[in-house]
Order: sequence, then C-alpha cells, then structure tokens
Amino acid sequence: MDCPSLPDFTAATGLEEPAFREPWHAQVFALTVHLNEAGQFTWAEWVHRFSTVLRQYGAERSLNGGEDYFNAWLATLEALLQDAGMASAAQVEDARAAWETAYLTTPHGAPVALKASRRGE
Amino acid sequence: MLNKWWTERARLRQHRFMPHDHSDHPHALLPPEPALRVKALETILRDKGLIDPAALEEIIDTYQNKIGPQNGARVVAKAWLDDGFRAALMQDATSVVRDLGFYGRQGEHMVVVENTPDRHNMVVCTLCSCYPWPLLGIPPGWYKSDAYRARAVREPRKVLAEFGMTLPDSTAVRVWDSTAEVRYLVLPMRPEGTEGMDEDALAALVTRDSMIGTGLAHVPKGAAT
Repeated sequence: MDCPSLPDFTAATGLEEPAFREPWHAQVFALTVHLNEAGQFTWAEWVHRFSTVLRQYGAERSLNGGEDYFNAWLATLEALLQDAGMASAAQVEDARAAWETAYLTTPHGAPVALKASRRGE
Repeated sequence: MLNKWWTERARLRQHRFMPHDHSDHPHALLPPEPALRVKALETILRDKGLIDPAALEEIIDTYQNKIGPQNGARVVAKAWLDDGFRAALMQDATSVVRDLGFYGRQGEHMVVVENTPDRHNMVVCTLCSCYPWPLLGIPPGWYKSDAYRARAVREPRKVLAEFGMTLPDSTAVRVWDSTAEVRYLVLPMRPEGTEGMDEDALAALVTRDSMIGTGLAHVPKGAAT
C-alpha cells in the first residue's frame, strides 16, 4: 500500500490553526451536528456513512484532511439526506442553481438572498 | 451525483477564478461550489422546518470560539494537582468532565489514558476523525489526514518521530482507536520543574498535541531538563 508522508506536521504542531478554514466547512459541520441533535440520524450512523465515503475518496488519492475531508463530509450529508427523503438530488440542484443566480444577479456589496418567487415554491 | 458535482465545479471554476476587481465588480462574488451546495441544503431543510438557523449559529460559535484544547488542559492540570480527581477521572471520565461543564453532544463516552514512564499513549481515529470535541475542539487537519489515520496504528514510533518525539525503547507505545461511541484523551506526564505551580500555570503547559499523544507537555522556562 502506498505510504504517504504526513501533511506539514511540524508546521501545524503547536501553532494556532482556525477550527474551520472556510466558512462552508463550519456550516456543513454545524448542519450535520444540528440534524443529529434533532434526532434525524444517530452519530453512529453518521460515522458509518462518513468513514465509508472517506475510504472511497481515499482509494483514489491520499486525503490531506483539509478541503478534501470536508468535500467527503458534504457528499456524505447529501447522500444521507437524499436516502432519508429530506433533500432529493433534484431539490439540491434547484436550490443550488437558485443561489448561484442570486449571487450573479445581486450587485456587489449588497446582501445576497433568494428571490421571493423561489422561496414561495 | 459526484460526477455532476465535479462537472459543475469545472464549469464554474473559470468564472470564479477570473481576476476580480472589486471596485467595478458587477455582482456579488460567487462562493465556491461546495459552499453553494451547503447553502442549498440549508435552504431546503429550513423550508421544510427541519432546522433552526439560530441553532446552526450557536453550534458554529461554540466550536469556533468557545471549545478548544484549553478545556482539556484544565482537566489535565486538575489531574496533576489532585490525586482524588485523577483517580475519578481515570475511573469515569465522562461523569467527571461533565461536572466541569464539558459533555459530549453526541452522547459519546470519554476515556482518559495516562502516560507513564513505561507507557506512552496516542490517539487516532482510523474510521474518520472521532475526537474528544468537548475537551479539544475541532481536530487539526493532520488528525483527519489519511496519512495519520493509516500510519498511527502501523508505525506509531515513526509517526511520533515526525512530530519530533523520540521515546526510549523501554517505553511502550499504545495506540487508541476512537469510535463514534468512545473518545480518548491522553493525560500527559507532568513535566519536571512544576512543583508548586497552580492550576492556571500548569494548564498553560498542556498542549493540544500532548493530549492526543503526539507531543509532550511543555517544560516551564528555566526548569532543568
């Protein structure tokens, strides 16, 4: 088996690093913890699914524990919510596209929000 | 689904990575693709009444600002000072740390493993990244990396050496694999030259890595080593 070297250990050791490097890392983490606390799934179920996805991702290339880790986290949550009937792939794509449109049509500096027409669907 | 995701990423990448001049930018900057997907999930779940936005904010604030290795350091310092506390901690860490206000939101059990001259403990999660959140906060990137997760069990001494730690041959290394249900905290050895120090001073010597087992507690400045 490939034996990758450890990612910038000495650089990371002892230094303050932010809990989350990107806002969306914090958001997807909070969303998952919140849904677990609301009883939508057990943490054991989450760990089982997440570790499976990490193994799949890690089979392609060694994960560095940063962005790729949270990409796997997001993919796990999307699949879980889809299987649970809480958010289908079509719904996610629709809402994602609506947010993209909102960003691309909101003047720079103004708060970005979804159009009322979409929210009323 | 993943293929579609990456195709979307590629489609958007060109736009997103174009040089941006903020002064005359016509529209808001598009967040990265995964960020849009997280926003999409939030929108759907909020519309269905399945999430409370205020609760999300509270969770982010807690893990970003309130929980961190200082919690674990407090526990370690207390254990160094008070044999009764240490005995109780070794016996039932979950209850003891809960009494200090540190409890696992996922209902997990805490287990404290004590370093001695004969045995050094280190913690990993080979499955994913199970970690004693209430005591240490969010794990560092390296703890989540494939390299650490795979190698900590297979060649712990080599991994420790990469952290700058060389243990005597007479010290056994025990690796603890965390799970969804059980999270481990290493109780590092109290450094020499700390006699008479109070809890605050001792807690300041306890590093995050020393509580994962990939480091040692700091020796106070001026102490003979």
